[in-house]
Amino acid sequence: MTDRETTSAATTATRAVLRDSFAVGIAVGLSGVAFGSTATAAGLTTMQACALSLFTFTGASQFALVAAISGGGSPLLGAAGAILLGGRNSLYGLRLAPMLDLPAGRRLAAAHWVIDETTAVTQAQPDRRSARLGFTATGACLFLLWNTTTLLGALGTAALGDPSRFGLDAAGPAVFLALVAPRLAEGRAQRWTAGLAVLIALAGTPLLPPGVPILLAALAVAPSLAVRA
Amino acid sequence: MTIWIAILVTSVGCYTAKVLGLSVPATVLDRPLVRRFAMLAPVALLAALTAVQTLGSGRHLVLDARAVGLAAAAIMLLFRAPFLVVVTVAVGVTAGLRLLGWR
Repeated sequence: MTDRETTSAATTATRAVLRDSFAVGIAVGLSGVAFGSTATAAGLTTMQACALSLFTFTGASQFALVAAISGGGSPLLGAAGAILLGGRNSLYGLRLAPMLDLPAGRRLAAAHWVIDETTAVTQAQPDRRSARLGFTATGACLFLLWNTTTLLGALGTAALGDPSRFGLDAAGPAVFLALVAPRLAEGRAQRWTAGLAVLIALAGTPLLPPGVPILLAALAVAPSLAVRA
Repeated sequence: MTIWIAILVTSVGCYTAKVLGLSVPATVLDRPLVRRFAMLAPVALLAALTAVQTLGSGRHLVLDARAVGLAAAAIMLLFRAPFLVVVTVAVGVTAGLRLLGWR
């Protein structure tokens, strides 16, 4: 290849990576509206909703904490469930570390953006340069939009009054369903685990304080782990 | 105040999980049992959260407009609708039913 051909191939590759990154970043980034409004509807202040999006920055965990608070459960139990959910980001980091190959200092900064969406885009890249670009572009786009739309959603809901009139109490469970649905297609262990978790959580709801049934549902992984071991 | 503490704990916990994955040598975390737990635990929690948030009302189980909204969301998921569409349909259907007077 001549120099010019190499350059234009690189430009085309860059464009393709950026297109993927922004497609994912924009689609999911806009859902911050749902988080901002759900959080405010659950009784969090606008500041608290924004702090979660800025510093926790992993959607499922944020929604889980808010769900625990809105259900009248202990916020600390909610935090335990949220962290357990965030544990999957460790696995993502494991897969991304060799692809991104970052020096120690950069790793600490990059870690904040290791979530479902950045992992999906990064893993789809053929080489290190594209992987780093995809990770950075998706992360930046998502972080910017997710935080902006969280603020807008929170402010909007604060102005609306009773949020359940607008069906906003259905946003949280719809988010959870959308997150779990693709995993159910992955295999039988996932479906058994999900089914058992639903049973545990629903059976526990009338008997236990809010938040406890959710944590207890984590035990649903035990049969699948035992079968493998 | 406890809400702020919970936000702090969640943020520190989730950041730690992210850093661990990126920094710890693969051999420490990359074991079949750890891998399997980290894959399945979110499935269990997300499924439980979906169920309780759809059917729970305090310490009671109820069937109300949310359940219909979620059924609509499930149908959208079967048609591979984008994330935001799924959530919007759930909210829209729930709000619509309440507007018609259904709890």
